Amino acid sequence: MSRLSLFTESRAQTTVEQLYKDMERRIVASPPDICPVDLAAAFLKMCVTQSCGKCVPCRVGLVQLENLIEDVLEGKATEDTLTQIEALAKNISVTADCAIGTESAKLVLKGLEGFRDDYLSHIREHRCTCSGTQSIPCVSNCPAGVDIPGYVALVGEGRYADAVRLIRKDNPFPMACALICEHPCETRCRRTLLDAPINIRGLKRTAVDRAGIVPAPECMSATGKKVAIVGGGPSGLSAAYYLQLMGHSCTVFEQHKKLGGMLIYGIPSYRLPRERLQQDIDCILSTGVEVKLETKVGEGEWTMERLRKEFDAVYISIGAHQDKKVGIEGEDAEGVLSAVEFLGGIGDGIIPDFKGKRVCVIGGGNVAMDCTRSAIRCGAEAVSIVYRRRKEDMTALMEEVDGAIAEGAIMMDLYAPTRIETDENNKVTALWTTPKMSSLIKGGRMNPADAGKEDVRIPCDIVLVAVGQGIEFRRLEDSGIPVNRGTFVADNGTIIKDAPGVFAGGDCVTGPKTAIRAIAAGKVAAANIDHYLGYNHRISVDVEIPDPALGDRPYCGRVNMLEREPAVRKNDFELMEIVMSEKESYQEASRCLRCDHFGCGAFKGGRKTEW
Amino acid sequence: MVNITINGTPVSVENGTTILEATRLVGMSVPTLCYLKGINQIGACRVCLVEVKNIDRLLPACDTLCEEGMEVLTNTPKVREARQMNLELLLSQHRINCPVCERNGSCQLQEVMSSYPIGDIMNFKHEYPEDDWDQSLPIIRDESKCIRCYRCVSVCEKVQGLNIWDMVGSGSRTTVNVSHNRKLSAADCAFCGQCITHCPTNALHSRDDSKAITGVGGVLDDPNKITVVQVAPAIRAAWGESFGLDASVATEGRLAAALRRIGFDYVFDTNFSADLTIMEEGNEFLERMQHPEAHKWPMFTSCCPGWVRFLKSNYPDMTDQLSTAKSPQQMFGAVTKTYFAKKIGVDPHDIVCVSIMPCTAKKAELAIPSINDAVEGERDVDFSLTTRELCRMIKADNIDVAALPEEEFDSPLGTGTGAAVIFGTTGGVMEAALRTCYYVLTGENPNADETFKAVRAMDSTRPWVEAEYNVAGIKVRAAVANGLGNARRLIRAIRRGEVDYQFVEIMACPGGCVGGGGQPIHYNQELASSRAKVLYNYDKKNVLRFSHENPEVQALYSEYLGKPCGEIAHHLLHTNHHGWEMPKSPNLDEDVML
Repeated sequence: MSRLSLFTESRAQTTVEQLYKDMERRIVASPPDICPVDLAAAFLKMCVTQSCGKCVPCRVGLVQLENLIEDVLEGKATEDTLTQIEALAKNISVTADCAIGTESAKLVLKGLEGFRDDYLSHIREHRCTCSGTQSIPCVSNCPAGVDIPGYVALVGEGRYADAVRLIRKDNPFPMACALICEHPCETRCRRTLLDAPINIRGLKRTAVDRAGIVPAPECMSATGKKVAIVGGGPSGLSAAYYLQLMGHSCTVFEQHKKLGGMLIYGIPSYRLPRERLQQDIDCILSTGVEVKLETKVGEGEWTMERLRKEFDAVYISIGAHQDKKVGIEGEDAEGVLSAVEFLGGIGDGIIPDFKGKRVCVIGGGNVAMDCTRSAIRCGAEAVSIVYRRRKEDMTALMEEVDGAIAEGAIMMDLYAPTRIETDENNKVTALWTTPKMSSLIKGGRMNPADAGKEDVRIPCDIVLVAVGQGIEFRRLEDSGIPVNRGTFVADNGTIIKDAPGVFAGGDCVTGPKTAIRAIAAGKVAAANIDHYLGYNHRISVDVEIPDPALGDRPYCGRVNMLEREPAVRKNDFELMEIVMSEKESYQEASRCLRCDHFGCGAFKGGRKTEW
Repeated sequence: MVNITINGTPVSVENGTTILEATRLVGMSVPTLCYLKGINQIGACRVCLVEVKNIDRLLPACDTLCEEGMEVLTNTPKVREARQMNLELLLSQHRINCPVCERNGSCQLQEVMSSYPIGDIMNFKHEYPEDDWDQSLPIIRDESKCIRCYRCVSVCEKVQGLNIWDMVGSGSRTTVNVSHNRKLSAADCAFCGQCITHCPTNALHSRDDSKAITGVGGVLDDPNKITVVQVAPAIRAAWGESFGLDASVATEGRLAAALRRIGFDYVFDTNFSADLTIMEEGNEFLERMQHPEAHKWPMFTSCCPGWVRFLKSNYPDMTDQLSTAKSPQQMFGAVTKTYFAKKIGVDPHDIVCVSIMPCTAKKAELAIPSINDAVEGERDVDFSLTTRELCRMIKADNIDVAALPEEEFDSPLGTGTGAAVIFGTTGGVMEAALRTCYYVLTGENPNADETFKAVRAMDSTRPWVEAEYNVAGIKVRAAVANGLGNARRLIRAIRRGEVDYQFVEIMACPGGCVGGGGQPIHYNQELASSRAKVLYNYDKKNVLRFSHENPEVQALYSEYLGKPCGEIAHHLLHTNHHGWEMPKSPNLDEDVML
């Protein structure tokens, strides 16, 4: 008998470890519309298994809590039961000996607060408030509701043009989204239950790359109605596209020199090459959209009043093009550029020469990464990303962060910018930062605190500020468009209360968000403007979707997108992402579990063929 | 074409054929529960599973298309075990009380189970959910019988264009209930009962009112009550099915005889009041036609209570377009408790009027307070029983139907014309009305077999049929639709101005009353069309083909009512459709806009 022995994992333990991984993926792939009370009960059951069994509140209390929630689910509970659940959970949360007990009870308490209505519905109506019809995860997570299983299947069959036509039914920017969409569709992909989500964006890229030019569908017969679109970004152009298809005449008013909004003035061409974006725009314009470039509405001849008088409806989609300041000393110095200025200039074709310059980028979002990687491509000697929280707290996509680092960016997380140092000519010489440490978590987000270390000076010539954008709302606010906290106020239908015929959507309503959300707003606006104009035009497409394959579903890894060599790509603004081969696309498409058919797809929540 | 083998037998099928359809072609079919062709092919029950060579998973035959070279096996041990186990799982949550269950003998779960050697062993914990349904409603859902096949959800949505039922809850508690978290009483349910006739078990059934007739203390048990029964046209086309008898044996004569054996004092025919309906509704239509500007068009028929409920809840702004004529059931009740009571010299309070209807909505119609005009504080029709309740009563009394003599209905409310008997099928009300309108306008009868044949809408592949007639210089554009989904399509076309009609007949059930929610249930068989043929035969062989020639109706007018749409007729035979409220459709705004 040895005095000490090394720990070796038993077969059971190894299996359990695998099951943990399976469950983690399962939670990630959790479908929408599941009963939160049922879920709370299931989670609690797992918590009970973790109890060591020593202290009373955890050993007995949790299981009693489970019984009470079970009563709720069985329709045997009264509102007193809810009071009892609350009291018991609170008791466990303050009396259990260790975190296993206290945190279990807190899960229940969170639920009591977050979905109390659902508890009450079970108690009073003996049913759940959730609809019970599990929709297709990717489609329901896509703001524009694009028929993803449909086009994935089409790509699998090599019917690329059909795939593009199908995408355009809900999203007139298949090219832009193939390259830069944040792909919320992939987050709850059911394939994750087996191995990993489908590379949906990658398959869309295959479709657009291999489809060639796909013409827009025919417009319906002209209605004679005129719609003004204020702002020619993704939202405005989407609205214009669908309204044109519905037979209305749209005029887009764009303050910049080019159409595209943030797709051109915010997203660098190495992610979305200009000529690629132009393909989407050309298709949209081919429907007969009229465009007035370099025309600001609310200033000069085009007042809101005039638009409302001369057009039957107005859609405001001006985006969020106003830079936000960090609010530190020296921000007005020469060499300090906002992301909007910097990326906007590049959008207009003005590429600054940063050769021999040291650059600091302030911010942790996707825009900060775009600034970083653009600065590298402008020839900067060194680019540092300065962020007051941790890298993992960044809102940027991790692949963007990693891409920037691969191209040579220096990650300075947990450094809060405190002031910009300048020389006698008010030129930037350095960025001063205060080292931070991870500290208390409030509302789920970590708040950095001073680390108690000396301030750090980062010598630099250029500071790029990418801490968010605001909306230039003043001009339109003056003509009666309601504003709250710096954004226009419109409902989920893009309808502005008390301003009949005026609609608003996209970043100017939500604050800076993703392209696909702006596109979705344009689609919603088109439907509601059509309705407002007294019509019920329906958008559909006559693409037949391939039947699902019947075979077994072997576990299979996901094909990820590759990028050009960092050392090469960092020298130019050419597209860096490499399209999948047809072989790769075929395998990836055949991984799709076809939730449009299997599960509830064939019954409820299946395909929406028109809107 | 696609070539496959089924259990080794090669078969060539059209593209798009399901494995299930293919197995039927070679006589090696598989059992089904949730499958409802074209309406509910969702692979939910997993009873029709088959094995396909080189695929590990078993595939649902109902929901899987044949592919070239497929080798399908329907009876391997693997398939047998899987099918049996899934059936056991269904049974583990099903309240098993077959001997006393209404659907004993017509239950598909029972049918499928009976072919498996499960014996008395239940391998799983047997528990079924509690039930708290309002038992006073015409449609009753028994949670403990539901196998969650979702056929009701699909029939309601896809055939009837309503969305009364929905999947509710989640996970293992997922079940069926009224959509939008409503109670059925607060929903825009038409009470058409199509969910009942498409339910494979007794999870959905109609309220049984027969005990109040035949039970101890029931109306037949009370010597002071005079019991009057009326039989709707569509009953005679379907009641024999429950006894395995052809309609040529299960005739209306034997039906009358059976009802007498049960103990009713007077056995009458709703055909009588169908003729009366034509006199009222036809004349109302002609009156409206004389003042076209005073009315919104088209005028809708009003004899189907499911349809009336649908229109009032889904298109309330069109309520005034309904004919004010009551349905034949209600006209019959109103005449029974006035004219007939007087004629036989009894206090109308002592009369109990029972109707036998192919319908579940009729149970609700008779309870509408504002529809009762004959006797203060009493219903004109006291009870409405479905065909299924009638058949159970006959069975309970052990009446040998085939051995019954053919008997006549009683007089004076027992004569009906051929125009009346076709009320039981789609297009029948329209045709009957047009036959009489033709007579009123021209002074002569049309050819009953030919002139208005175009409105016979049974088996039409279009959502509705239309016909235009020029009668004595008056143009009438008529349309007929059956099934509420088709009704909605027609109404949408009318509202969008795509079509323009003067007279529209709607029956809520597919095929009309012959396909009614109160008719005998046969799993996955739609019998409306063959039942309609029985009715057209009755029409053809009747010497009276025109409602205005019904001598008993003529006597009613001359002895009591005066003229059609006259004052007494107006009081007794017409109703104000605004006199009661229907819950509104949750999609009202969206749809009214269309």
